[in-house]
Amino acid sequence: MIKYLSEDRCIQCNLCVKVCPTSVFDKVADHFPTISRQEDCQTCFLCEAYCPVDALYVSPMLDNTNEPLTVTPEESAMLGSYRQAIGWGKGRSSTASLDMTHILRDLVEDDAGPRS
Amino acid sequence: MGSGLKTFESDVLVLGGGPAGTWAAYTAASQGVKVVLADKGYCGSSGATAASGTNLWHVRSEPARREASIRRFLSRGNGLANRRWLEILYDHTKMGTEQLIELGYPFPLDEHGRPISRNLQGPEYMRLMRKTVRKAGVVILDHSPALKLITGERGVSGAAGVNLETGEEWSVHAKAVIIATGGCAFLSRALGCNVLTGDGYLMAAEAGAVLSGMEFSNIYGFSTEFSSCTKNFLYHWATFYREDNSVITNTDKRALAIEMQRAPVYARIDKASDAIQVAMRRSQPNFFLSFDRLGKDPFRERFPITLRLEGTVRGTGGINLVDDTCATNVPGLYAAGDAATREFVAGATTGGGHINASWAICSGRISGSAAADYALGTEAAAMRTQLHFRFTERHSAGKPARSMDMPSIVKSIQEEVIPYDKNLFRTETSMRASLARLNDLWKTIRLNEHDPNDVRALVRSREAASMIATARWMYTSALERKESRGMHQHDDYPAQDNGALYRVLISGVDSIRTQREPQSGGPDRS
Repeated sequence: MIKYLSEDRCIQCNLCVKVCPTSVFDKVADHFPTISRQEDCQTCFLCEAYCPVDALYVSPMLDNTNEPLTVTPEESAMLGSYRQAIGWGKGRSSTASLDMTHILRDLVEDDAGPRS
Repeated sequence: MGSGLKTFESDVLVLGGGPAGTWAAYTAASQGVKVVLADKGYCGSSGATAASGTNLWHVRSEPARREASIRRFLSRGNGLANRRWLEILYDHTKMGTEQLIELGYPFPLDEHGRPISRNLQGPEYMRLMRKTVRKAGVVILDHSPALKLITGERGVSGAAGVNLETGEEWSVHAKAVIIATGGCAFLSRALGCNVLTGDGYLMAAEAGAVLSGMEFSNIYGFSTEFSSCTKNFLYHWATFYREDNSVITNTDKRALAIEMQRAPVYARIDKASDAIQVAMRRSQPNFFLSFDRLGKDPFRERFPITLRLEGTVRGTGGINLVDDTCATNVPGLYAAGDAATREFVAGATTGGGHINASWAICSGRISGSAAADYALGTEAAAMRTQLHFRFTERHSAGKPARSMDMPSIVKSIQEEVIPYDKNLFRTETSMRASLARLNDLWKTIRLNEHDPNDVRALVRSREAASMIATARWMYTSALERKESRGMHQHDDYPAQDNGALYRVLISGVDSIRTQREPQSGGPDRS
């Protein structure tokens, strides 16, 4: 679940408010957004993917609502790691073009499809 | 909901902005009609696909390969898949992937520089689909869950809902409506599935639509125990372990579920060579993201796993289609993607993986085109019977507000549908007991009232109602199917009854009716 929004990095673009499919964030006038409904977070990492300044950290843990809304130095070093992995952001190109799923599929499928 | 009411007029209204909804909206708009698309979350990030990625059916131009592949899927379809739909699916997958190449999806290239269009990365795919839909002139309403279809004398004529950001109500008056709201995973925390609560099933059924195959709604997917990462594919290369490190040799999901009922089960992706590990990391970045963030190495360390219910998202039940335009039995109402039944293409086996993703493209394209045609042939005047429809009218009974504790209602629903001993291992006794409790929950939720200014509470209540309805159809259909077939394993009737091939149709919300629709042939019928 989402657990951190860096107030230092946030540029108040409110993209996270817009793209979160489960409306976890709330827009606040002249202020950075708030994580208003952390328990509704589905850990899909898409807010991180869209955040242009790597200001968000989603913990992979599902049940972390009792954790403080902050990051450890190790976690801080991983801010933006998902955006980097999918190749989104200025100066990067989408890693979808490096997808190797077809090679894996050929190991479990034959010409007609999945082996029965 | 004291605030405003926004009304829109369109030719086609698409509910749901995942793959099926965006393909439907794009296709309809390309035919020159006015399209509005309403998504419960954000079109581009909502749903099971955006959060991960999907395989597509491996389609080729050689007729012999097409035939071999269609035969393979017919034989996997438990007698319920049919050749005509598989041919349609194959051809639309091909046309759809060619369109994706034109639209600029960055497929990897083969040694000749040709795109390998067999897999789609979710965030990239859905970002592109949003852009494509917008460019085509579709009006997108984000964070705008639909709550009810508007029906007139001639069938469906739009839908009404709320905007979670503004608190306003909205209604869209349309000549045709496409339901592409996805399946129902019962908030089991499967990846990207929290928005998939069966809302479209309930709206459609309230308008009189028939559903089908709802007994095929109990697919469970492998997931890390601590996270939402329901990805089955990489477990091909896994070994499963008990607490004492002994290897579990029977890796059938039902066998693993029995193990899990007793004690924790672990997996380790230890059958992957270095080259395969590289391919895995490039193919499923968010699977590894979770491990990297926890400082764990899934290739070397075992990790606890569970089986998460994915309901009709990977199951095959949904709104019944009456013809090959994806029309439902209600005039003007179409269904696409996981909201529609996938029995015709996947039978009783999972629609997960390439079939569902291809089906989203195929049914989106077909329903979008058919709805546009339908809209062009329909006069607008007849549609305006309820122009000032407001959702609040439902709550004017004058009773005192009896707001319920939604988390506890959701927990009660999940207690009936998630446990393996109730839904993976089905018995007559257990299903009847669950159904009785779900029927009580249905009566309870129907009395729920809430603060009229709290749109989130209204949506939560509607989601709970949709999940209860879906669960009731699921067990009612499962009780009707007195045999085992595909994912529906009925422990009182463990054998497949090859003498009687039928689909189970179901309809109604307060009182539910089932009907067996005989199917004519075996796997090779044409």
